[in-house]
Amino acid sequence: MGLDGLIPIATPEIILASSALGLLVLGAFAGKAGRLMVSWGAIAALCWAADAAATGPEGVAFSGALIADGASAFAKVVIYLETAVAIYLGERWLARVGNPSFEYPVLIVLAALGMGMMASAGDLISLYIGIELQSLALYVLCAFRRDDARASEAGLKYFVLGALSSGLLLYGASLIYGFSGSTHFADIGRATTGAAGTGVVFGLVFLICGLAFKVSAAPFHMWTPDVYEGSPTPVTALLAAAPKIAAMVLFARVLTQAFPHAITQWSQVITAIALISVTVGALGGLVQKNLKRLLAYSSIANIGYALLGLASGSQTGLQAMLMFMTLYVIDVTGFFACLLALSRNGKPMETLSSLSGLVRERPALAVAITILSLSVLGLPPLSGFWAKFYVFKAAVSTHGLEGAAVYGLVMSVAAAFYYLRVIKTMWFDAPEGATDAPPFDARLIALGAAAFSFPLVMPALSVLDALAATAAKAFGLA
Amino acid sequence: MSHILTLTTFAPTIGALAILLLRFAAGKGGEEAAGKGALWVALATTLATFALSVVMIADFDTRLTGFQFVEDQAWFSVVHYAMGVDGISAPFVLLTTFLMPICILASWSSIKTRLVEYLIAFLMLETLMIGVFTALDLVLFYVFFEFGLIPMFLIIGVWGGKNRVYAAYKFFLYTLLGSVLMLAAILAMTTIAGTTSIPALMQTHFAPLAQTLFFLAFFASFAVKMPMWPVHTWLPDAHVEAPTAGSVILAGVLLKMGGYGFLRFSLPMFPQASMTFTPLIFALSAIAIVYTSLVAFRQTDMKKLIAYSSVAHMGFVTMGIFAGTLQGAQGAVFQMLSHGVISGALFLCVGVIYDRMHTREIAFYGGLADLMPWYAATFLLFTMGNVGLPGTSGFVGEILTMTGVYGSPSSAGTWTAFVSASGVILSAVYALSLYRRVMFGTVTNPKLVGILDLDVREVAIFTPLVVSALVLGVQPHLIFNFTDASVAHLVTTWRAAVGG
Repeated sequence: MGLDGLIPIATPEIILASSALGLLVLGAFAGKAGRLMVSWGAIAALCWAADAAATGPEGVAFSGALIADGASAFAKVVIYLETAVAIYLGERWLARVGNPSFEYPVLIVLAALGMGMMASAGDLISLYIGIELQSLALYVLCAFRRDDARASEAGLKYFVLGALSSGLLLYGASLIYGFSGSTHFADIGRATTGAAGTGVVFGLVFLICGLAFKVSAAPFHMWTPDVYEGSPTPVTALLAAAPKIAAMVLFARVLTQAFPHAITQWSQVITAIALISVTVGALGGLVQKNLKRLLAYSSIANIGYALLGLASGSQTGLQAMLMFMTLYVIDVTGFFACLLALSRNGKPMETLSSLSGLVRERPALAVAITILSLSVLGLPPLSGFWAKFYVFKAAVSTHGLEGAAVYGLVMSVAAAFYYLRVIKTMWFDAPEGATDAPPFDARLIALGAAAFSFPLVMPALSVLDALAATAAKAFGLA
Repeated sequence: MSHILTLTTFAPTIGALAILLLRFAAGKGGEEAAGKGALWVALATTLATFALSVVMIADFDTRLTGFQFVEDQAWFSVVHYAMGVDGISAPFVLLTTFLMPICILASWSSIKTRLVEYLIAFLMLETLMIGVFTALDLVLFYVFFEFGLIPMFLIIGVWGGKNRVYAAYKFFLYTLLGSVLMLAAILAMTTIAGTTSIPALMQTHFAPLAQTLFFLAFFASFAVKMPMWPVHTWLPDAHVEAPTAGSVILAGVLLKMGGYGFLRFSLPMFPQASMTFTPLIFALSAIAIVYTSLVAFRQTDMKKLIAYSSVAHMGFVTMGIFAGTLQGAQGAVFQMLSHGVISGALFLCVGVIYDRMHTREIAFYGGLADLMPWYAATFLLFTMGNVGLPGTSGFVGEILTMTGVYGSPSSAGTWTAFVSASGVILSAVYALSLYRRVMFGTVTNPKLVGILDLDVREVAIFTPLVVSALVLGVQPHLIFNFTDASVAHLVTTWRAAVGG
């Protein structure tokens, strides 16, 4: 295949890579005035890339290293749009805290490029490059506020543990390559027919551990609460959403394409990880007083539910996983936007108790947080319920996963306790005092996400259902 | 296609939106003015909803056993937006729309804070309650069923008494735990049957093991909602803490969702399993009747006493539903409707003196019959209804369920009927002793002197309740005309399915 054939398939990547470099140059030379241009340029580039991913042709490029199919298109659209929102939120926020710099949008574009590559990866090399590109950009973003000790701690912690997980992942990849003789997922799949050898299974487990770290699934979740708490809130919003989708799609692609014959083996491992995550997320959240830490535990639990969809190893399971991640990402972005919108005397309101009586003070935002909490809790008819609905439906219809589904449901009741505490604090407790006027940008995103969660999700479901079903077909499962 | 059910269901939502607009129009500081207007909007909305449901009932063909006014619209995947009522659900819709205007009137002056939010929560709750009874799609049903938790959680938590947070949590988590198990069963049923349509699922035959598991999962949800002994402990807390109107809705309608669920899902969809579990349910019902009656007897808080008496009365309902006889099922439906009126009225009676004295301690009162003769007469009527005095609606349900259980094909029926009959005496013990302690004797508490009798608003609240409790007691066929065809169909299909 000549270069002509490669360009249409790699268009989103090409757009993002060249705009990242172009914006970097622009930012370096345009000075202060260029900062806004860089931000809006980055947002435009991400939207353009999303459009290219949605409308571009399907196929493979670079001898199978980069795949463009329904699943990658679906994931890329969600990822690029979410990162664009993160730029919008963060740009204003940085300006407000007096730390404006043009590197912020550029780094996010680079992270988005890496995430897109993860969603499109077709062999172990592009898998690793994608992961590292997004991880390195995110390490820097976490420590973006150099003057803040907690942010530096978060960045360092994320970097050290991330490097460890990359090591695990690479070790697993090298074992798989050694025992199967190829780095291409499809070739590995062909080489490992019949009973999977010990070497390959070893490699597979290391690979799963590395990826589980990236999606912050328990027992590889230790970094999550600290990093979520320490990072600047717009970065946490990004961290909690887009990279998770990318990693989940990558997870699904590696497992279904490279190990289609070891489905019973990896399904067991994924189920175990899923159930541990659900438990840790539900119980760990009960004692949290900081909202960002609480959301960290909530994300651990929710990744557990997404993994349950993956563990079912069927097309409906993967459709469920994609639906779940999409709906969850909207909720979680809205939640962090609420946190960005709330401050008292210029200080962000990040503890649970600071929300006391918020419904008197800021009724619209309090209702938004209520809707988003109930949605993440999984109460119908909010979007989070439909996300769980799909996952549990897939799990219940998979032989051997019925018990796991019931366990997950029961754990969601335990987790309900801390979401209820957020609502209780806002609605039942006495007001704490006046809050600052919420900035327009964060308020817009917060209310928009809440309105999507309820009631817009109801008509949107039939559209999303069809889109996710088409995307899930790409994995070629029954 | 008639849209009367969608209209009835969502009319309160429109009212809630109107109140929201009113609040916005009033602007900052206009809370008080908006609250007054909102009360009128809410009253008009609930009355209009009641009128709509009366129109629906008037058009209802009582000879048909199937669903009427059916609406069906594909939504997503296999899920449909499907609505319809039969002879079992139609009376419950009417009960809901009947009690709502009364609740709004009861909140007229007793709710002092955040009236706008309160009314919005109530109107949303009405939509969800009607939706539960009209949904013909399992997933749609679940949505209505679960969504109701949110407004009720807020009603208890924001406008409740001292210990409201604890009660709100307990209510929410108890109910949620029950219903997630039901959700698991719903998903599995959908997978097996490939549809979520309730009429289609009634025709589906599930394998014995699946039936048992599904039955238990649905049972977990409905038994908590009912509530049945021993998962009833959330109810007294929720009742005591909830504002008066919240208690009325809780006792009047929300509890009935459990019984309705048994009739709509457990019996027709899992007949063999419900046959198997009949002795267990009989035992739990009998324990509920005797044990919670005794517990009710030694309560010092009036609301708690009535709450426990509700659990006892629901014991009659559950045993009637699973009796497997026409009388049993008819009696259970009747008992639920009658209890909706009577227990709602009793909570309103407590509300009347609570509004005046701000305490529900029985010991605080005494001799009220001298000071508030009209109130005493009203309270007496509903106390008698609660005891099951012939001539009130309370009698019909109890006698029918006991007769039905006595004739049950299950061998446990005779004993259950025998034990539950003692409940009639026990209910007289606690209800009459409550009445004696509050109403009779001399006024010993100086604070009570000068307490006012019922005012015009309260008379307007109680009149429809008094009339329905008496009319249904004397003319029960007004209800049976509606329920006969559907209930008979339900019982015959069930008996055919279990081979009785």
